[in-house]
Amino acid sequence: METKTKVDLTSFRMETRKWLEDNCPNSMREPLTDVKQLYWGGRNGNYFSEDQKIWFERMLEKKWIVPYWETKYGGGGLTPKQNNILNQEMARLGCRKPHINFGISMLGPALLKFASEEQKIHYLNQICKGEIRWVQGYSEPNAGSDLANLQTKAEDKGDHFLVTGSKVWTSFGDKGDWIFCLVRTDTSSKHTGVSFLLIDMASKGVSTRPIKLISGKSPFTETFFDAVKVPKKNLVGTLNDGWTIAKYLLTHERQMIGGIGETDKKKPLSEIAKEVLGKNNGSLSDISIRNKISELEMNEKIFELTIQRAMDEHKAGNNPGAVSSFFKYYGTELGIQKEELRLEVNGFNSTEWTSEESNNGREARLFCRSKGYSIEGGTHEIQLNIIAKRVLGLPSK
Amino acid sequence: MALVINEEQQMLKSSTKEFLDLKSPLTLMRELRDDNYNQFKVELWTEMVEMGWTSLTIPEKYNGLNFGFVGLGQVLEEIGRKLTVSPIISTVLMSTSLISLSKNEVLKNKLFQEIMNGSKLCALAHEEGRHHNPELINSLVSKNEDHFILNGKKKFVIDGSISDYLIVSAKHEDEKNIALVLIDRKSDGINLNNKVHMDSKIYSDISFENVKIDKMNFLSTDNDGSIILNKTLDIARVGLAAEMLGNVQEAFEITMKYIKEREQFGVKIGSFQALQHRSALMFGEIELCKSIVLRALQAIDSNDSELPKFASLAKAKLGLVSKLITNEAVQMHGGIGVTDDVDIGFFLKKTRVADRILGDSNYHLDRLAKLNNY
Repeated sequence: METKTKVDLTSFRMETRKWLEDNCPNSMREPLTDVKQLYWGGRNGNYFSEDQKIWFERMLEKKWIVPYWETKYGGGGLTPKQNNILNQEMARLGCRKPHINFGISMLGPALLKFASEEQKIHYLNQICKGEIRWVQGYSEPNAGSDLANLQTKAEDKGDHFLVTGSKVWTSFGDKGDWIFCLVRTDTSSKHTGVSFLLIDMASKGVSTRPIKLISGKSPFTETFFDAVKVPKKNLVGTLNDGWTIAKYLLTHERQMIGGIGETDKKKPLSEIAKEVLGKNNGSLSDISIRNKISELEMNEKIFELTIQRAMDEHKAGNNPGAVSSFFKYYGTELGIQKEELRLEVNGFNSTEWTSEESNNGREARLFCRSKGYSIEGGTHEIQLNIIAKRVLGLPSK
Repeated sequence: MALVINEEQQMLKSSTKEFLDLKSPLTLMRELRDDNYNQFKVELWTEMVEMGWTSLTIPEKYNGLNFGFVGLGQVLEEIGRKLTVSPIISTVLMSTSLISLSKNEVLKNKLFQEIMNGSKLCALAHEEGRHHNPELINSLVSKNEDHFILNGKKKFVIDGSISDYLIVSAKHEDEKNIALVLIDRKSDGINLNNKVHMDSKIYSDISFENVKIDKMNFLSTDNDGSIILNKTLDIARVGLAAEMLGNVQEAFEITMKYIKEREQFGVKIGSFQALQHRSALMFGEIELCKSIVLRALQAIDSNDSELPKFASLAKAKLGLVSKLITNEAVQMHGGIGVTDDVDIGFFLKKTRVADRILGDSNYHLDRLAKLNNY
């Protein structure tokens, strides 16, 4: 039996490898140089190139937009082992992801766990075709770290909810088709008066306004709801039990954000420093910067090992829950330290804001952007609270 | 290789913990200190030998257990938790590792048997300066008719005062090759100046004046002294990091227990966010330490060419984290933390000495930069 499975997996690998080699256009095997090269899909989805369109359509036909979901939901129905093989083979060729969508990474897992069968079939199939670009509506002007204090209310009007309020920090809110939201359905209690609602952003009364960040860019918007009618069937899970879904989803979000620091596979800071500062008797001429780089690179390496250890613990059947609660904090912290140190290494050039040579102030803007890492997706302080309470069991009084 | 310990290693760790809970509680360290800095409790060492701890890393061909360094690391971690006083660092971690790398089969067979049956203790005498320095060797061996003689001064020799043998690093007279020689500590011309350090352990400054060495007692050949020495130092750094990992985990756990019990202002002090956030950070730092220590131990067992890098990562990280944890541990205990009545200060004093041994975090961050060519 076991041997047969092994044989099957080997032939799956061979077939997958051949299919990818035959079908993935060459330009889709190049590393990304700009986030604009990602295909986000949706009603107004724009392809960056003809090759991108071909790549998306071929993967769609193969049902490999979300290869690991069940086929009845539009997925490829691959087993975890097959999916690993597909990932490995894509990585081997350097294939880009054909489609990026918060529907896949965030809403999907929540729907799979909490939605009705009818909802799953409808929404998951849409996601697998890249038809809807999903965005997230959680935070509000007065509900940041204290998320459960949210005030956007959804009143029961018989056959529909009437939604009034506003959301803030919606990533790419101006480009979204649908938004998954936390709304207040009971004002008499805090955590147990929240529900999880799906809203079509084309509905009357929905509008967005970009938020300009200190980096000068606007990846986030505010989203306003002015008496928006939302059908009752758009409620996911039980009325007033949306907090359970929210917590589940936040865990996914934190795992994603925790990776910010380690996705930077560009030139190591020590290499840049060698070019900029030069060496003196074999070591970087600025000893103070040299020590800081050495410590940062030590911690980056050890963090990488720790993520690996958590995965290996998981594979070995042990629960890595405790250690992974630290990943969002530490991954973003290293990213922040790195941007700070990058400015120190690059000197006068590092703060250029508009020049062509600086690529429109790329480093300075990245630095400014990094200040949000320790805030979005649960601040550093909230992360530490969670560890203190849930992992260390420290008392509340 | 998966970054987890296997079942056998887990069992070794559990049995070590059980044994030490019973035979070497924290109170033992205090008792030995109060017994005029006693460095060696014979009955405890005999039992450790019977448990096979001195055979763990010795290959089967010499009748050892061949359990590897991931295994020894688990033992050292548990020893670190209990601040157990024993010659395991000097005899097993340092000397046995060095002897394993030697090509002198006659001497190797003899020493391994003596170490495995617990009849002899052995210490490495290398340091000569104020700070750790693998290259600073002014001690000299010179040929004299049918034998050799050694002259020089060594510092900070761990367990020098209780060892039967000393393994000494020295330069050959031509001042090129490094020689590693085995000497009976009671030989003529050896003078010890024993110094008690902050961790209640004794470190010896040792002078050698025309000490006679039999030509059979060289652990190095003409050209492998430097290789053997440097590899031994890396192995020992990793083992020390494993012991320090035990030190910080225990200090952290004792502290968490304390702040969950201690009340001020009518509440448990562990409810204060000022302490909670610092505690959460310490938790995370310890998790990072676990990963690098295990990876470095695996690097020894798999003969990884990147061992120097992993050894420095481990020793640098543990040096820094042990400072953070033990400082916070004392601070969170408040006034009682700086009294000799509680044990928490022992961890502070232990790790400060451990940081110095074979290179502190400054040394290893510098070495990492060099290894990465900047």
